[in-house]
Amino acid sequence: MLKVLTGKCIVVGDNIDTDQIYPGRFLAITDPKEIGSHCLCGVSEEIAGNFPKGGFVVAGRNFGCGSSREHAPIALLNMGAVAVLADSFARIFFRNAVNLGLLPVICKGISEKVKAGETLTLDLEAGTVKSEDTGEIFQCEKLGDQAMKILEAGGIKPMMRARFAEK
Amino acid sequence: MHAIEKILMKNSGKSSIETGEIVNAKIDFAEINDLYLQTVYSFYEMGGKNVWDNTRCAFVFDHYAPCPDIKSAENHKAMREFALKNNLKYHFDTNTGVCHQVMPEAGLIYPGMIVVATDSHTTTHGAFGAMGTGCGATDMATILMTGELWFRVPEIIEVRLEGEAPKGVYPKDVILAVLGKIRADGAVYKAIDFTGSYVEGLNVAGRMTICNMAVEMGAKTAYMQPNDSVIEYVSKRAVRPFEVQHTDEGYKYSESYVFDVSTLEPELACPSSVENVHTLRSVIAGGDVKLNQGYIGSCTGGRVEDIEIAAKILKGRHIPEYTRLVVIPASREVMIECIAKGYITDLMNAGATISTPGCGACLGAHEGILAPGEVCITSTNRNFPGRMGSTEALMYLASPATVAASMVYGKITDPREFL
Repeated sequence: MLKVLTGKCIVVGDNIDTDQIYPGRFLAITDPKEIGSHCLCGVSEEIAGNFPKGGFVVAGRNFGCGSSREHAPIALLNMGAVAVLADSFARIFFRNAVNLGLLPVICKGISEKVKAGETLTLDLEAGTVKSEDTGEIFQCEKLGDQAMKILEAGGIKPMMRARFAEK
Repeated sequence: MHAIEKILMKNSGKSSIETGEIVNAKIDFAEINDLYLQTVYSFYEMGGKNVWDNTRCAFVFDHYAPCPDIKSAENHKAMREFALKNNLKYHFDTNTGVCHQVMPEAGLIYPGMIVVATDSHTTTHGAFGAMGTGCGATDMATILMTGELWFRVPEIIEVRLEGEAPKGVYPKDVILAVLGKIRADGAVYKAIDFTGSYVEGLNVAGRMTICNMAVEMGAKTAYMQPNDSVIEYVSKRAVRPFEVQHTDEGYKYSESYVFDVSTLEPELACPSSVENVHTLRSVIAGGDVKLNQGYIGSCTGGRVEDIEIAAKILKGRHIPEYTRLVVIPASREVMIECIAKGYITDLMNAGATISTPGCGACLGAHEGILAPGEVCITSTNRNFPGRMGSTEALMYLASPATVAASMVYGKITDPREFL
């Protein structure tokens, strides 16, 4: 997996819940691309269509709170996001994101320092996020061993496929 | 050691366990609700053939019961096919109700077990001394393949609730008061153990309401030491033998909060966050809050006790014209009892709309969606923007008594006026 990622960002607030990431009225949809087209429409209908591909969602505290819906990371990935950088994450969202290969990185205070459209570089091994526009460097928490093991396998699906193929 | 740690230790086959450690634990029961056909997709994508144990997993069709559109009907159809192919012992179709009510009724929840479901409100089952937690569709697919899931052994927060509730203060008010203090992220990745004399004396329904909303503080799981009401409930129903776990004397919690329940008042979570909690009195003092809809239902506030108090308040009264009250019993069993006791008749005579047991409009799927600019008071668990329909609708979370009282005048009203 790539350990250094560069892309543009969007910035959202605190307590962005799964209803704002992916509203209940779309839950019966199963096509990933279509799911991605509705991402964050509870915040603004304009976000998904204009999202910088390969970019980051920067958020405040408790990102992904609320429902267990896996549609939330599916939507973020299919909108083109590679990572969410936030003060904190809700637990089920964190697990779902890791399972599907979306990086949930705790980077305290970043949502108050960067602006939408800035280019950021996430260095997972160094545990930093750098704004290429301002040069400012933010420290992030390193992902735990369990999460890294799943992410390095490319997500839980390749990991399980390998485990069951061995059998 | 804490009871939750003992449950995790037992199910992971270990002789000791430490906070922060990652363990692989056996899952005693796994439930998939009808939002997550992705579970079936992920199961096959990962090379799954048959579920690990056809007596330990089930579908509950609750979010789209009965189906409002072709897409959800197709999802149900595919899930039924999977259930039949795997010869699942238990299946709960659109005629049963909300999973967190249906599973305990069916005897699938009992003390000392681990239950995982594709629903965040699985914390509800802490009411029975079980460890319940929610997961996503693909995590669930790994459980269906292996019977296990990895867990981080959580820090445990004590929320001690002491004293007796004053008139007009219900378990929903108590948990809203707790939520207002601990906030929406105060327990992220941690467990909450509700203790104290209030909890010890609480009935099953009230315990479920409180544990249900632990997830609104980010909690991984909730716990309450089983009391006589719980043991009586599960002894009649449990499909397997069970062992109640106990927390050791002197266990050190990571944090402790104490609430004197006797000083609480009816509470509201105001738009549009679960942590935006204010006393009902202070909201009313700020001026009339006119309502378009009242809603009583869900895994938080749709049990017999909830519908009973609403029926008692509304019996012989009528909701105002141009206002609507939607009542959705949490399960078939709840609905049958409410019919037998006359509550459904009383509510219908008061102008209520009754709908099929299930999740209904709680998550904005169907049966009571809000238009832009509308205001709703509800006994459910979340008031996030767009939760019950339009992102421009406003939702107040309240006890079923407050919802019913507010429906008398079509504006937010103190239930103590009617008690």
